[in-house]
Amino acid sequence: MSTSDQATTSSRRSNPPRPRLRPRDLLADCLSSLSARPTRGALTVLGTVIGVAALVATLGLSKTAGNQIVGRFDELAATDVNVSSKTGRAGLAAVSLPWDSEQRIGRLNGVSAVGTLSDVDVKGQLVRAVPLNDPQGQTEFQLPVKAASPGLYAAVRATLSAGRLPDQGHSDRADRVVVIGSNAAERLHINRVDNQPAIYIGERLYVVIGILADVQRQPALLGALIIPEGTARREFGLTSPGSAQIETRIGAATLIANQAPVALLPNDPTLLRVTAPPEPRKVRSAVQSDLNILFLLLGGVSLLVGAIGIANVTLVSVLERVGEIGLRRALGAARRHIAFQFLVESTTLGLAGGVLGAALGTLVVVIASAAHTWTPVLEPWVPFAAPLVGGVIGLVSGTYPSVRAAMLEPVEALRTAL
Amino acid sequence: MTRPQIDMRPIGRHAPVAPPVIELRGIWREFGSDPPVVALRDVDLQVLPGEWLAILGPSGSGKSTLLNIIGLLDRPDRGAYLLEGEDVSSLGDLARAAVRGQRIGFVFQAFHLLPHRSVLENVMLAELYTGQPRHGRRERAMTALEHVDLVDRAGFLPTRLSGGQQQRAAIARALMGEPSLLLCDEPTGNLDTHSAEGVLDVFSGLSRQGMTLVVITHNTEVAARATSVAHIVDGELSMLPKPPAPQQRAADVMPMRFGHERGLDHEHL
Repeated sequence: MSTSDQATTSSRRSNPPRPRLRPRDLLADCLSSLSARPTRGALTVLGTVIGVAALVATLGLSKTAGNQIVGRFDELAATDVNVSSKTGRAGLAAVSLPWDSEQRIGRLNGVSAVGTLSDVDVKGQLVRAVPLNDPQGQTEFQLPVKAASPGLYAAVRATLSAGRLPDQGHSDRADRVVVIGSNAAERLHINRVDNQPAIYIGERLYVVIGILADVQRQPALLGALIIPEGTARREFGLTSPGSAQIETRIGAATLIANQAPVALLPNDPTLLRVTAPPEPRKVRSAVQSDLNILFLLLGGVSLLVGAIGIANVTLVSVLERVGEIGLRRALGAARRHIAFQFLVESTTLGLAGGVLGAALGTLVVVIASAAHTWTPVLEPWVPFAAPLVGGVIGLVSGTYPSVRAAMLEPVEALRTAL
Repeated sequence: MTRPQIDMRPIGRHAPVAPPVIELRGIWREFGSDPPVVALRDVDLQVLPGEWLAILGPSGSGKSTLLNIIGLLDRPDRGAYLLEGEDVSSLGDLARAAVRGQRIGFVFQAFHLLPHRSVLENVMLAELYTGQPRHGRRERAMTALEHVDLVDRAGFLPTRLSGGQQQRAAIARALMGEPSLLLCDEPTGNLDTHSAEGVLDVFSGLSRQGMTLVVITHNTEVAARATSVAHIVDGELSMLPKPPAPQQRAADVMPMRFGHERGLDHEHL
């Protein structure tokens, strides 16, 4: 034996040869194997596609539905902000709201309507309508009297059944005009204003210029008489507006709740009490968490079915490809290479299923939303995480078949023809 | 001082210093227990570089077991196995896989071609586990296909080839990576006479170029072409006298020149 031969032999002995499989070769080979049976591949991933699609669709639909529920809630409640003075000692207001509250708040970005509302102390005077003097029935009532700035009617979303709403002119001139709520109108037997009905508050005569059909905020207004703020100031000695009623744009409530007190009372905003709706996101997440648990459970079950599908088909594929496994072992594949082969194939199938499922699920969310004219809402990470979920499912479900494939003895495997 | 690496593998059957490609010493292989079935009984065998050994034997005689042990697909219970002078009977699974991939080419009775891949892809598969670079793989596979005269069928699926062509494609795969040894398990068992002739012609050409071949077979025609013949009965191996004279072999081969298989006949007739 020559020197070089000895050297070669000794180096072989000290470093036993190891089979090598390049990752690119492995990937290319697996893709070739998968593309050789496209129909089978498609059928295999069907379970995962459905599972991932169900997961994405349920996450998306629950989010969309939750958003829809909160959206309806938002429209009224989440745009309602009320500012009034905190109560000081002896139950009196700690501070006074300025007379130009409406203008000050109206300047804030995010306010869609604002008005001030005050309770007017009429010192027990009764209210009666003029034309009727019915000895059988009651003609004098104790009705609450309120003073409102012109913007209030928009802020409470008032609708009229007759007449008109007072404007700034009525307030500036302190005109003796009144708008009555629908319940008050019924009690006073007034149902039209074209004949210029008038009512007495105590001994003062007021012309009814409008009748409210409905309000969506401050329902107490429906049973009250509402006079302009300027009138209340002169006739009844109103010292300051009682509260500011604000309607904000959707999503601006929290911002306005923070800014309004500063706008009204820059010196001491903390003396004002602000009633604002809870943070919309909190309401939304509370509604969604109930829905999500149920839907996620359903998605999970679909995924489990998908995983069993992949495991099953991969196992069948291993059994079908026994001859091929034998051949690969003869060509120098180690057990681990056989295991890698099937693992990469099943993971690739899972990934493909995940991608298709994510696309399908997103489509379902969009179509369902379009059918209900909802806004489709989907967490941005969901369509990206879904293929990974598919891949993990492929990996996990391919593990057992891969181990089975790797454990095959090459001599046994080679007895099976391809 | 560094010396250039010299490839000491035999170039032809007359290479002077090369050790035997295969050297088996006292190989035993038993299966099962109570009572064990002895598949190989104290087998000694030497196959020299460039030798074409045909192993004949009836079914169940142990010839497949012998081939599996030579091919490192199975381990003997007792005995030593030296492949090109190196003791491979003590190698671990990984190292045995590497030796199979790099130094042994297999040809099977049922061809074992992947049905959904082209002939070329099937041949290229042989380099998958050898660590050979991807670069130039296609060219190397085409060279292997040239050896078996199948270049024009490279893009075909195996199912579109005749049996003889399939087996020649399988031989090309076995030749990929330039193994020291070609192990063939009944290579003509599934072929008609013409196709078998084509395959045997390829073997003859390879043998002439110095390839070491071990072929197990039922076919006496194979034995007639081989340079040495062994017989195995009940696990006991015995060498037979030299195969028939060259004149007789030529007479056997003559008819296939007019056959339909395209082999390497033009090279050696």
